[in-house]
Amino acid sequence: MYSPKMRLTEEERDILQGNRGEALRKVLESIVRFGDVFGADGLVDLDRGVHLVTSFGIPLLGPVFDIMDELIAAGLKTPKPFTVDPRPCDFRNVPVNPVEALVFKKVMYAKQDDYEAQLRAVGLKDGRAFTCACYFEEVGNIPSRGDMLAWAESSAVVYANSVLGARSNRNSGVLELMCGIAGKAPRFGFLTDEGRKASWVVELRTTALPEAQLLGSAIGMKVVEDVPYIKGLDRYLGAELDERAKDYLKDMGAASASNGAVGLYHVAGLTPEAKDEGESLVEPGAGVYVIDDEEIERVRAGYPMMWKDEGAKPTRCFIGCPHLSKAQLYGWLDRIEGSLAAAGRGRVAVPTVLTTAPDVEAAFRADSAASARLKATGATLSSICPLMYMNNPLCGKKPVITNSNKLRTYTKARYYTDAEIQAIVAGGKA
Amino acid sequence: MKRTFKGRVVVAGAASGEAVVSRRGFNILASFQRDLMAKKAVVRCSDQNNPDAFGQALSGKVLCLPKTIGSTTGGMVLQAAAALGKAPLALLFSEPIDSLAAGGVILAKVWNDRDIVTVDGLGEGFLAAVENGTSVAVQEDGTVTIETP
Repeated sequence: MYSPKMRLTEEERDILQGNRGEALRKVLESIVRFGDVFGADGLVDLDRGVHLVTSFGIPLLGPVFDIMDELIAAGLKTPKPFTVDPRPCDFRNVPVNPVEALVFKKVMYAKQDDYEAQLRAVGLKDGRAFTCACYFEEVGNIPSRGDMLAWAESSAVVYANSVLGARSNRNSGVLELMCGIAGKAPRFGFLTDEGRKASWVVELRTTALPEAQLLGSAIGMKVVEDVPYIKGLDRYLGAELDERAKDYLKDMGAASASNGAVGLYHVAGLTPEAKDEGESLVEPGAGVYVIDDEEIERVRAGYPMMWKDEGAKPTRCFIGCPHLSKAQLYGWLDRIEGSLAAAGRGRVAVPTVLTTAPDVEAAFRADSAASARLKATGATLSSICPLMYMNNPLCGKKPVITNSNKLRTYTKARYYTDAEIQAIVAGGKA
Repeated sequence: MKRTFKGRVVVAGAASGEAVVSRRGFNILASFQRDLMAKKAVVRCSDQNNPDAFGQALSGKVLCLPKTIGSTTGGMVLQAAAALGKAPLALLFSEPIDSLAAGGVILAKVWNDRDIVTVDGLGEGFLAAVENGTSVAVQEDGTVTIETP
């Protein structure tokens, strides 16, 4: 039997001894070993359903599906319903050719239906719970400040920690499910007050609000997994976490989490803990990173060109990684219409997909006027994960453009700013 | 010339083999995905953003790195690689291990009974001294010996 270093309750020790079944023993042992590596002093009860990163039935994860079978056979499921990252395919709204479809269905995500059945069996919230932004009001997995979580999707973890003031470590896929089933997580890192201190001060000295995706990228590359305390951003975003600020921070955080491994940031005068505790959150001796216009340009200039033909005409554009909020979705509808009108075009020059949560998608489609306007532009709406689409080697080779720094990082998609994307989809140049 | 370093044992065991070195954050998903998908017997690093390790064989090697970065699917990708017998023999971290890599090696141990020998906190000097192809030996107590020409 594993000898834990952390303090456990009698019930937890009983489980670890295998007295509640072998599968539950392995679940708890995974969590306890994980916590022991990081010096956790014990386990805490979770306040919300977990959010899983693995939404795709990719056959290479066969050993993961075996674990799921073991959990199901033992009758284990999460006491609180959980949400999960977006589905990989939506052939109606993100059309593919027959060969690509074959690769998606028979090779890439051949286990999708089986895996979704496994997810339902272990506690999935419902069939619309597939989004990377489970914290949207329409989706409803919304933690409160101080809630203890065990989430995995990196963009959701950094949002929950930073914008909502909840507490989650950056858990690995599967481990978050183990925590969900046990209803517990090891207390260390971001779950503790000391783990939420900043070891970097980021001084924003740009002449205007930078693109969220570029600012996040710069911060992520510099601080990697450390906690930054960002000064100067409230000059542009204000002192209230309104929709605009939350959407900006969602995208900035996702870029910092994927271009580095940021799990928590504080924004002076804006995010909950920074508002209450101010610079007392900054550790003595913290590093200082100054970001001005030149630094933003330097970071962007360092992105590798992944297209074989740099001058290729884009064949698809993805907007919404992480998923667009409802406000962003309507905002992009206005932008696309505006740039098409300015260019004297009726429809987008590049097949363009806006991606959002299934619940937001449903709400948007229920707005028949907005739905008709989007249809008229030729752009489509989907709730897939663009990254999963790009994982298909046939699709991944294509010249795809995006305003997402996460998608750029993990695929060959080429990054453009929002304004550049607007221009390109209207037939112009960046 | 032999040099010895001492780190903290995360997953105990003895291992020896050739080093593959990533001097920057190592992205597990980006590195393993292509060849695991293709069911290659030996996984070669497919992360084009990591010129240190790109194209290097990872299966059965001693992967030397500061930490892992990137998608939080990383841990389970590592677990899957281990279950399929395609993981590195050992992971040697110059820095404290990160949560994704820790999740992966623990899942592999608990659910698949596969030990990827793991030592962390070996220090910057370790990563500066080791190179691709260097012979590395890891002992149960976290002692790492490298043999350089």
